[in-house]
Amino acid sequence: MPSGRATGPTCCEFIMDTYWEHFEHGADIGVRGVAPSKQEAFAQAAVALCAVITDIEQVATEESIAVSCSAVDDELLLVEWLNTLIFEMATRRMLFARFDVEIDKQQLVATAWGEPLQPDKHQPAVEVKGATYTALRVAQDANDSWRAECVVDV
Amino acid sequence: MDLNLFAEHTDTRWEITPHGNMRVPAVIYANEALIRSMDEKVYEQLCNVATLPGIVQSAYAMPDAHWGYGFPIGGVAAFDPEQGGVVSGGGVGFDISCGVRTLHTGLQREEILADQQKLATELSRSIPAGLGSTGRIHLNDTDMEAMLRGGAQWAVAQGFGNADDLARIEEDGCMQGAEPWQVSAKARQRQRDEMGTLGSGNHYLEVQHITTLYDEDIARVYGLHVGDIMVSIHCGSRGLGHQIGTEFLKEMATSAVRHDIHLPDRELACAPINSDIGQRYLGAMRAGINCALANRQIITDLTRKAFASVLAKAELRLLYDVSHNTCKLEEHEVKGKRRKLYIHRKGATRAYGPGHADVPETLRSAGQPVLIGGSMGTASYILAGTAASEQQAFSSACHGAGRAMSRHQAKHQYRGREVIDELAGRGIIIKSPSLRGVAEEAQGAYKDVAAVVDAADQAGLARKVARLEPLIVVKG
Repeated sequence: MPSGRATGPTCCEFIMDTYWEHFEHGADIGVRGVAPSKQEAFAQAAVALCAVITDIEQVATEESIAVSCSAVDDELLLVEWLNTLIFEMATRRMLFARFDVEIDKQQLVATAWGEPLQPDKHQPAVEVKGATYTALRVAQDANDSWRAECVVDV
Repeated sequence: MDLNLFAEHTDTRWEITPHGNMRVPAVIYANEALIRSMDEKVYEQLCNVATLPGIVQSAYAMPDAHWGYGFPIGGVAAFDPEQGGVVSGGGVGFDISCGVRTLHTGLQREEILADQQKLATELSRSIPAGLGSTGRIHLNDTDMEAMLRGGAQWAVAQGFGNADDLARIEEDGCMQGAEPWQVSAKARQRQRDEMGTLGSGNHYLEVQHITTLYDEDIARVYGLHVGDIMVSIHCGSRGLGHQIGTEFLKEMATSAVRHDIHLPDRELACAPINSDIGQRYLGAMRAGINCALANRQIITDLTRKAFASVLAKAELRLLYDVSHNTCKLEEHEVKGKRRKLYIHRKGATRAYGPGHADVPETLRSAGQPVLIGGSMGTASYILAGTAASEQQAFSSACHGAGRAMSRHQAKHQYRGREVIDELAGRGIIIKSPSLRGVAEEAQGAYKDVAAVVDAADQAGLARKVARLEPLIVVKG
């Protein structure tokens, strides 16, 4: 299953994984971010979103944009966050591969790093139409790791 | 799916007795093999739809049904506004008015074989496809407003195609009741550079040839012959439709409580038709329909020009244009009484029968063409609406094969290059900007469209008329 993994801090008690992955859905595809913090889980979910479109290793991260959004709860915030990125990618014609996310209550502020879309270089497989409420979940697991996931319509 | 879930059934009609909060039964049209292979989420989602206020008769699923967003894809449900009936964004989908139009070319198969490669190259060059592609039309505010209001009629007035095309499009090419002001600035921004683009995923343009006729009488009315070259275009309302879907899903999900609607699934977000948000959604959705109709009309014009530069003899005339993600106000007979109902078709096609006033006069004796796209590299079908279809599922039929395998599995099981080479070996040229996109759309990733179409025919939803196979596929 496509995924990306980076280990967490190596000092002190735990090494908690930070990664993104895709999961199965009949017609479309699920995106998931896992990390020690909610904001990093959101960042990883966004990487998973971009990886639906293209091989993110091919996306240079030299340009950045600032985005912000809010919602009434964490789960709707995840959908709002992903839909904000979908809108920015569509209207700026950019692809992203790295995100710095801050969340305060249900207000999200982020920087997205990427480059202009180049079809020959990035060979985009699909366009994501929108994040959905299907399989939507933002929660901490038994080992305190945050998971943020939902299905996206392609 | 477990066959014991159905209290009663025939070979093609499987009924779920109301239980829990269901207000009406749920009915799936399919043969036994299709039911067995159908995912259980279809059952769950269809039963959820049957709980919604104001639903009339039954919640229906077509033979190609699969897991959707709130509604199953291949779902049909009718609501009466006078009984607190609701409108649901999930019952329409993100790609508002995604649909298919099929055109005659006046050519026979042997007349294009020598120029097949040249035509494929010219079509892929002329028709923007895939993520990041932009159309050559850039709409300013005034144009955007006019397009959302006028649909294909606006496009023809701008010089894309001709007035003869309009009678062969549902709603004569313009959805009444569109309210451009309900479409947000963000939705318009997403669409500004996307007019006349094909999109990606399962969207395509195909040059096809007719291999088989099943009903000679209807084929004569439709002007179809074995060996005819046809062109089919499958796409929708692009960024604008998607943005409308996203925004209203959010608003309806949070407003349901205010309207006293219990949502068994947040994705089934809906609002009473006779509410402010319900009316705003209808106004925006109808504008989205016009956007899709305009888009397919512009792509038709680009296709005609591409053909003209390679095969000057070709004359592309529109057979019909159907939409399969809509909510439309229609009149139907229910228990002997005519009623005005809001019909949701999510991944389902309208299938008016012979004699219906809304079928163009030249096709009326045969019923409305129902255009069923196969997966990439497989057959497509032309069907005709039947008189029986109204009683079956408010004059509705399937829309395509439906996926049998997730995109995730498909891209591991298939290699784009091998798919392209295998199709080339069968005389089919594929043009796509992405090998991974090709893998995800491989034939094996979809259900058998022939089985779906046979089931629709046997169930009386629509009648088989013709089978087509591709020669050229342009996909995004």
